[in-house]
Amino acid sequence: MRCGRPSGGKPVMEDEQSFSDISGGRLALQRRYYSPSCREFCLSCPRLSLRSLTAVTCTVWLAAYGLFSLCENSMILSAAIFITLLGLLGYLHFVKIDQETLLIIDSLGIQMTSSYASGKESTTFIEMGKVKDIVINEAIYMQKVIYYLCILLKDPVEPHGISQVVPVFQSAKPRLDCLIEVYRSCQEILAQQKATSTNP
Amino acid sequence: MVLTAFFPTCCASADSGLLVGRWVPEQSCAVVLAVVHFPFIPIQVKQLLDQVRQDSQVGVAVLGTWCHCRQEPEESLGRFLEGLAAVFPHEPWLRLCRERGSMFWSCEATHRQAPGAPGEDQVTLIFYDQRQVLLSQLHPPAVPPDRQVGADPASTGGLAAVFHTVARSEALFRSDRFDEGPVRLSHWQSEGVEASILAELAKRASGPVCLLLASLLSLVSAVGACRVFKLWPLSFLGSKLSTCEQLRHRLEHLRLIFSTKKAENPAQLMRKANMVASVLLDVALGLLLLSWLHGRSRIGHLADALVPVADHVAEELQHLLQWLMGAPAGLKMNRALDQVLGRFFLYHIHLWISYIHLMSPFVEHILWHVGLSACLGLTVALSLLSDIVALLTFHIYCFYVYGARLYRLKIHGLSSLWRLFRGKKWNALRRRVDSCSYDLDQLFIGTLLFTILLFLLPTTALYYLVFTLLRLLVVAAQGLIHLLVDLINSLPLYSLGLRLCRPYRLAAGVKFRVLEHEARRPLCLLMQINPLPYSRVVHTYRLPGCGCHPQHSWGSLCRRLFSGELIYPWRQRSDKQD
Repeated sequence: MRCGRPSGGKPVMEDEQSFSDISGGRLALQRRYYSPSCREFCLSCPRLSLRSLTAVTCTVWLAAYGLFSLCENSMILSAAIFITLLGLLGYLHFVKIDQETLLIIDSLGIQMTSSYASGKESTTFIEMGKVKDIVINEAIYMQKVIYYLCILLKDPVEPHGISQVVPVFQSAKPRLDCLIEVYRSCQEILAQQKATSTNP
Repeated sequence: MVLTAFFPTCCASADSGLLVGRWVPEQSCAVVLAVVHFPFIPIQVKQLLDQVRQDSQVGVAVLGTWCHCRQEPEESLGRFLEGLAAVFPHEPWLRLCRERGSMFWSCEATHRQAPGAPGEDQVTLIFYDQRQVLLSQLHPPAVPPDRQVGADPASTGGLAAVFHTVARSEALFRSDRFDEGPVRLSHWQSEGVEASILAELAKRASGPVCLLLASLLSLVSAVGACRVFKLWPLSFLGSKLSTCEQLRHRLEHLRLIFSTKKAENPAQLMRKANMVASVLLDVALGLLLLSWLHGRSRIGHLADALVPVADHVAEELQHLLQWLMGAPAGLKMNRALDQVLGRFFLYHIHLWISYIHLMSPFVEHILWHVGLSACLGLTVALSLLSDIVALLTFHIYCFYVYGARLYRLKIHGLSSLWRLFRGKKWNALRRRVDSCSYDLDQLFIGTLLFTILLFLLPTTALYYLVFTLLRLLVVAAQGLIHLLVDLINSLPLYSLGLRLCRPYRLAAGVKFRVLEHEARRPLCLLMQINPLPYSRVVHTYRLPGCGCHPQHSWGSLCRRLFSGELIYPWRQRSDKQD
């Protein structure tokens, strides 16, 4: 655990731990405690591996070469190169998520950011007034049963109802041990928030 | 208790003074709008705040003090600032301080009259860009409060309240530092009020221009609504031709753009702007098409190619009919019926070819004048193209109708005689099938007719199938053209351009970033606008199209085709028949 100690009293805590996701890949969870009412959790997914990239490129080019030997048209080869480049750019910009961050601020709300491999960031912010609770839920995913952390939103019409379930860390899919850590920290802050909201 | 304070980034380098803004008690949040600098007379500050409160219906008040120490901190300034808390009473009283040479701030909030001991609250500072928050619109828009005296705009919750407060406080931002007013303010416009010469000129000129064009358009619509067009042939043509529909649609758009009524809310303004952009793009593309058509005598080439193409289509149809009259795909047809139907359709094609040849000297002139219509817009030219395709394939439509009617007659006869064969009949009164005892003669003739119809069914069905497929091909081609027209009509270009160039104007929400944090200092966050994704921009602001969408689902379409009913796949907006 690393603690920063600038000239002053309380340390700003930063902490990094290693977990695994549902298919066994390695995930790194970084926790930052900015203040008793503000915490950030940053989950880094495994990077794009050179092996899979080479495999896909070789397959596409072999197929293109096979077609070329059948048709004797050199446009097929240039088209294959084009497709590979565009496909890689599209994959990095729209599909491959590098890091997922959850920022929870006591009186304001919860913010979820996904950063893609090309640098694009997509952010969603949910105000604290709409958040009912954060829970760990079970789901059937393909042939597995997995646990996932989700935010329950209040229903404006019905006071005890839930209008939406927003899953968190959707593409990283960490296992239960990582989720329990995040869950405990979030519940501390939510408890604080509920205490302040009931005592005006 | 945690208190949030929203502070504009433009005031971070301002001199010391008073913080002016709005306090939202439900969320314990203070929105700082401006800083009032020394020297000032408290009475004048109070007068200014009263006036702003009246103009904008926003409860602005003095929230606290702002201390920016450029030199060594002064003792007297500190005591002076504390004395101000007595002059402008406000609960809680904020004290923001920025020290020289440090990028960290200190922030305290004190309650004087809190029950129990007067205490200090924890403050979270959130920096926001005042200009961006002022100009942006939240989607979905929070319910706008009514503009009534005393109505509290705090009924909107959360961050929407912050946006509303900043947007409504325009009265506070009107003076800049070059004004000679009694009170000196610092806000986003204090370096000089923003304005554009072109925008002001356009505003002044738009009044008379709109009046003139609105009167012209009302004249055009009066001409279009006169009684001549309500008589039967013209009204029928007007409802069937897609060109008339498109022209009516565009006229509606233009009337809306040049109406002299001001837009009531931002959504209407965006709608008008999108319509203007759509009309401009349409006319630009149309002029491009016009210049392409009229250059290098392309119209002549087109006209020369048109008649041989129509001839070729007619010849191919003749070949098809000869094929059907023989043994199509190895099927054995009923000779007599085959010959009758085939000769009937062949005669029609002969008439059609003669008609085309009669028209051929005039085709070039017609095309030239039609090409001129492209200056009204690409959509008008495309609708005309679709109508020309419909007219040129009119014989296919006629064949389809003949084939469908014949087939439908046959199917009806067959179903009724099948009921007779089984000893039942259709009770029209009770709308159900009842048993019925027939005479022997009736049964005999009925069975005979049933057999005849049944064995003639494959021939009719084949003709029906072939002509329906041709008709569907033509309808698909027309549908593609209509799709393109609809795309140009309904794409919100202005909104897309705004999203590309000024993404903060269309906001889906906000995002926060934690700034450099030091222990024992208040938490500092930066609030930025999260722009709306492009798909939601198109979805929210798309203009209503012509209303030409397929009226049947695939299932009902197949059912209608099977029973031989005529299909009208594209429903026009003004079509009242079923």
